[in-house]
Amino acid sequence: MIKKIGIPRALSYYQFYPLYKTFFEELGAEVVVSDATSRKILDQGVKICVDEACLPVKLFHGHVMYLKDKVDYLFIPRLTSISENEYICPKFGGLPDMVRNTIDGLPEIIDVEINLRKRSKNIYKSAFEIGGIFTNNKKKIRAALNKAMKIYRDYCTHMQEGALASDILDKKFAVIRKQEKDMLNIVLIGHAYNIYDKFINMDTVNKLRKENVNIITIDMIDDDVINANAEELHKSMFWYFGRKAVGGVMDIIKREDIDGIIYMMAFGCGVDSFICDMVQRRVRSAGNIPFITITLDEHSGEAGMDTRLEAFIDMIKWRKKDESYIPAHG
Amino acid sequence: MKVTFPHMGNTYIVAKAMLDDLGVDYIIPQFNNKKALELGTRYAPELACLPLKINLGNFIQAYEKGADTILITGGCGPCRFGYYCEMHKEILRDIGYDMNVITLEITKKNKRELIENIKCLASGLNPYRITRTIINTTEVAKMVDNLEKMTYKVRPREINKGETDRIYKVFRSKVLNTNGSENIKKLIKDTGKKLLEIKKDEHFKPLKIGIVGEIYTTIDSYSSFNIDIKLGNMGVEVDRKVTVSGWIIEHMIKKALHLKRDLRYVDAAKPYLGAMIGGHAQETVGNTVLYAKDDYDGIIQIYPLTCMPEIVAQSILPNIEKDYGIPILTLIIDEMTGEAGYMTRLEAFVDLLEKRRERKTVGEENLLYGN
Repeated sequence: MIKKIGIPRALSYYQFYPLYKTFFEELGAEVVVSDATSRKILDQGVKICVDEACLPVKLFHGHVMYLKDKVDYLFIPRLTSISENEYICPKFGGLPDMVRNTIDGLPEIIDVEINLRKRSKNIYKSAFEIGGIFTNNKKKIRAALNKAMKIYRDYCTHMQEGALASDILDKKFAVIRKQEKDMLNIVLIGHAYNIYDKFINMDTVNKLRKENVNIITIDMIDDDVINANAEELHKSMFWYFGRKAVGGVMDIIKREDIDGIIYMMAFGCGVDSFICDMVQRRVRSAGNIPFITITLDEHSGEAGMDTRLEAFIDMIKWRKKDESYIPAHG
Repeated sequence: MKVTFPHMGNTYIVAKAMLDDLGVDYIIPQFNNKKALELGTRYAPELACLPLKINLGNFIQAYEKGADTILITGGCGPCRFGYYCEMHKEILRDIGYDMNVITLEITKKNKRELIENIKCLASGLNPYRITRTIINTTEVAKMVDNLEKMTYKVRPREINKGETDRIYKVFRSKVLNTNGSENIKKLIKDTGKKLLEIKKDEHFKPLKIGIVGEIYTTIDSYSSFNIDIKLGNMGVEVDRKVTVSGWIIEHMIKKALHLKRDLRYVDAAKPYLGAMIGGHAQETVGNTVLYAKDDYDGIIQIYPLTCMPEIVAQSILPNIEKDYGIPILTLIIDEMTGEAGYMTRLEAFVDLLEKRRERKTVGEENLLYGN
């Protein structure tokens, strides 16, 4: 019988889904992804998860609830580190334990640790451990991982070329247009699971696109550029996302064609609380790029969100139109 | 150069002993106070954790007294504490307090800088002098922690209520005028003797509560609203496994020298939390299990709002509660926490533990009330 692997559509999904999917499918498993986030999924997560957790982690619990009776295995790896000398966040490292101690009646959890902090080659160790559930053939596992890595690299390249992860994952290639004239270049910074989840950010991406905005994300900036900028920090950043965001912003503030920056943070996110502050300080000291912070939580007043986004865009547009206009009447 | 450092419970005694021995000019910030927290809250990011805010307040208050250099420790994640040094530097610079930050840590980038800083602090790189200072400082740290532990034992048993508090309070302020590790050690010894002389009710069997959680809020009595003293005066013996000396010995010295560390908590935590995830989550989970096995009556977890590792621990604790049948109370602290609400919860928890113990010893059918 084909084994069904459940992958919650939350947290690392937005960054690694193509890799996960290819890897498991190459090993002959069937991949089941939870539905797109909905009110019901979020409510379930909020209800079961510990109150103090951040929104994305609560949401993750909701997706696990959705999947738990539909699959043979749940794939919740212990993602301690995905890059050398860096961590993701303590909650990623403790995620399988959090889920296991919170939700009853779970199927078996694949909670293999992925820790590339000391050595990026450790990925093979983790892959053999995960693959061992399906086959004893090491060669097959290695081939599956290599193919998955290739797909993942393509995915990254695709994003660097200007596609958003949500477009690729939802297969909406039609919306990736060539840059039109008079589009506003707005940088959208935030954890992948905040900026690409349409439900929790209340469809910010489409709202911006309707306003004729060209969205730029940190994923579109070349890694070497980010690293060169991050190198200027007095102390190396030890969060993967932190390095990308701060390094990316240091590059962005040197550019001339940026009209505005939106930082989307999740309430209760420890990493965001520091990174947002560092990003903001750098943007403010660099000059006059408009900057706004939008904090997401489980409340859902969409009108408030719309007002802030519209006001931000309007302000940028007026600024472009009127800034050099000096009225004749003084 | 006038050095200052952040407050965390009794760490100021340890830092003072070290700086005295090194002959460095320093300023101890005012004990943690409301003003410091208000200053910190004003300038720090809104969702930053409480220790960052209080520390920032400490530095600003020390600056006003003339300090120009900050001495703190660092870390390499994933807990936010590791980036405190940089955050402090940026915030203080932007609000116009020009202070130099010395971070005592070893990273890839800072080796040369660290040696320069040590040279500057220790006026030279005399290995004998540096080793002696480290040994003396560690000893002071250990003695301070033992003294505190002694108060935990004496306080619930004292016959004249308030005696321990009086002696301890005098010690905490007297130490500010005592210079050098030798004199400080002597003062600690004398205080210890005084504590032993207090008249105690030897037959009294206090309730036992283990305190676990994030290191700053458990150690620092200001941020935990003096939880250890309050519980002690309610007739409860408390214990706290995470201490400053433990941190210096286990995490700094033994790690640097690759000595075998006391890792009982890791084994205890294993069934619930399989890996180190930063901060003190593993200690929290592991020590909770150890306390439960030690027949403690209850556990209190304390952490600052949005603390990432402790949130993971908190979501695991209910299962330990169930498995070992031990009540666990979680207290979350931020700048808005009100003392009255906090006390109500604490009293209710102690009442609950007392009733539980009564039921165990008297037997359920002998109670006059209940269903």
